[in-house]
Amino acid sequence: MTPREKAPAGDVLGEVELRPRRLEVDRLLDDPRTRIIVCCGSGGVGKTTTAAALGLRAAERGRHVVVLTVDPARRLAQSMGLTSLDNTPRPVPPPDGHGDAGGSLHAMMLDMKRTFDEIVEAHSDPDRAAQILANPFYQSLSSSFAGTQEYMAMEKLGQLRRADEWDLIVVDTPPSRSALDFLDAPQRLSRFLDGRLIRLLTAPTRASGRAYLKVVNAGFGVFTGAVAKVLGTQLLRDVQTFVAAFDTMFGGFRERAEDTYRLLQTPGTAFLVIATPEPDALREASYFVERLSEDRMPLAGLILNRVHPSPAARLSAARSLAAAEALQAAGGNGNGGGGNGSRPEALNQALNGGAGDAGEAPRYSLAVTALRLHAERMQLAAAERRLAQRFTAAHPGVPTVRVPAQPEDVHDLAGLRIVGESFAAS
Amino acid sequence: MSARDTDWEGVRLHVVTGKGGTGKTTVAAALALALASAGGKVLLMEVEGRQGIAQLFDCPPLPEGERKVAVAPGTPGRAGGDVYALAADPESALAEYLEMFYNLPRAGRALNRLGVVDFVTTIAPGLRDVLLTGKAAEATRRRAGRRRVYNAVVMDAPPTGRIARFLNVATEVSGLAKVGPIRGHADTVQSVIRSPQTAVHFVTVLEEMPVQETLDGIAELRGLSPGGLQLGGIMINMVRPVGLTDDQLTVAAAGRLDVHDLALGLKTAGIEDGNGPAENLDLAESLAAELTEHARAALAQREQRGLLAGAGQPCYELPLITDGMDLAGLYRLASALREQGAA
Repeated sequence: MTPREKAPAGDVLGEVELRPRRLEVDRLLDDPRTRIIVCCGSGGVGKTTTAAALGLRAAERGRHVVVLTVDPARRLAQSMGLTSLDNTPRPVPPPDGHGDAGGSLHAMMLDMKRTFDEIVEAHSDPDRAAQILANPFYQSLSSSFAGTQEYMAMEKLGQLRRADEWDLIVVDTPPSRSALDFLDAPQRLSRFLDGRLIRLLTAPTRASGRAYLKVVNAGFGVFTGAVAKVLGTQLLRDVQTFVAAFDTMFGGFRERAEDTYRLLQTPGTAFLVIATPEPDALREASYFVERLSEDRMPLAGLILNRVHPSPAARLSAARSLAAAEALQAAGGNGNGGGGNGSRPEALNQALNGGAGDAGEAPRYSLAVTALRLHAERMQLAAAERRLAQRFTAAHPGVPTVRVPAQPEDVHDLAGLRIVGESFAAS
Repeated sequence: MSARDTDWEGVRLHVVTGKGGTGKTTVAAALALALASAGGKVLLMEVEGRQGIAQLFDCPPLPEGERKVAVAPGTPGRAGGDVYALAADPESALAEYLEMFYNLPRAGRALNRLGVVDFVTTIAPGLRDVLLTGKAAEATRRRAGRRRVYNAVVMDAPPTGRIARFLNVATEVSGLAKVGPIRGHADTVQSVIRSPQTAVHFVTVLEEMPVQETLDGIAELRGLSPGGLQLGGIMINMVRPVGLTDDQLTVAAAGRLDVHDLALGLKTAGIEDGNGPAENLDLAESLAAELTEHARAALAQREQRGLLAGAGQPCYELPLITDGMDLAGLYRLASALREQGAA
């Protein structure tokens, strides 16, 4: 392994390579003061796999861990024994020979609607709860409001933390269009539920049943009027009955959101920003890093997933390509498709080094392919490094760990362990 | 339009969806360029307020309204058309809607200032979608005199997980508004989206989760009734060439490559660091490890490709652009789409 060797001059556009501080993942996992790890980043960067791998590694190093995932790939979920979305932490059977450090691993999938329903049930009498749960507006809010999933992930995190059954909680944030949604959505939801407009909209109802219609008729309920016009009065009525029934819970809602937000600011929490070496993912990572510092949230570092380091980095792309061409000119064929029958036997002999029958593929076709692939890989690695450098230049203080791309998708504990090992390696 | 046959003749609204990270916006832009290379005007619209188009075309954030962002490469004997871009947002769509149906030109702006639009689209998430799909339908149908303004509209739509709900406008809204203007509007939008003029394309990469989501999304759209939506193509993005014969692939994936033979090949190619044969063997081992990794990835991708083929929709393959996505890269993807008959 030579990825930490000094890059040859001119390899990274002749720039001096910036080396970010190394993120010490094991130290973070081993530190008993680390109680919550939040994995955030834009969609498709491997948040869930990373969270699961962190959880497994921490458990194997002796922590009692629960991993809260939001939307795991089916086979990954199955690998952790999560067959259904039942909103309860389930023990993950320890893989053979690795459970000797005394740790344990639980995992759960978030069911946002059920979490919301549970809050309603816990905070109102059965009649009122039933009334709220049946309200069409509540149903749409609890299953499709853009911030509900984030809010409920926060809520569940708060619950797990209060239960105090685990000494480390690893959270995988919802797949949102922007990584920042996770921080913004809970406040958005509570602001919305507690907001001026919803008060305005429902104030007349509280005064007397159908007074808002009079208000509209009187001509000064411009707002309610416009809402009614666009949405129809039925929806408006649903919102009003919902708000009336939900009224007593509003304060609690805001408080809980604020509590969890504060919990995230405590030193026991560590945010890990996950990205892949692609422009969009790193741009999101940048936003997130800036936002965390604005909100005084404890950032532990960046996990750069799916990088393509080469074990043969000392052979440059240019040399590799030139060698492939030279070899091909000498008779190797990268595609292995051409017949070698036309090649003079003498040349065959020379290329074979006297090894006898060359078989179907032309001599050295494998070497040609290996060299071409290597050149491609070096180019990819260089492009990835340029992108990572840009991030490091903008955020020099952020410790980083690079995780090599896995050739296959991870869907068992053995695969998760390999990912976990790469946090510590290199 | 053009004399050549494409797989989506007659389709004028191309909805492009895909899981996050698969390059949905890039492929939508490439498709717009490919469609525009037959001449005329093509509108590329985004609906998620991300300004992804501006970033892709390296121009300042798109203002309100439609503006030209690129000229498509021409085809032999024909000049390329223009790609226009629009970052559609529900606020201006609602303002336009109020103006059109209620003759309330300034109402939208006033409501916007109060935060009402945000509020209304929050309590009725379906409304947001109706406004955005409505904008796409309007652009698709828009005429100047007797001529259509746009030959085609390409929509960079929400991700696969939300696409069915997003497009299933009438049903979503019927829960909210049973009668009235929104309902009427939704019905009009629905008639465009469910017509043969519209097709929904899926962008994916050859990894397990995006492929699974693609298959789930296709099944979900097939399940919409009645009439359903017209499924489009599967655009397989970021494909890397395999470069190995099947035999080599099997041997390499199993890690049974002949390292000595490879070292000999390197030597023949003139790669010698002057560090002796041991060093060359070491290099050969490293390259063999790379080949093994490559072969395993290729086999895993082959399996995913097979699953996609089973979905029964045309598949198009787009190469991985390693040297950064810019206009040149988009042109390459656009021509790949055209060569394969997607546009």
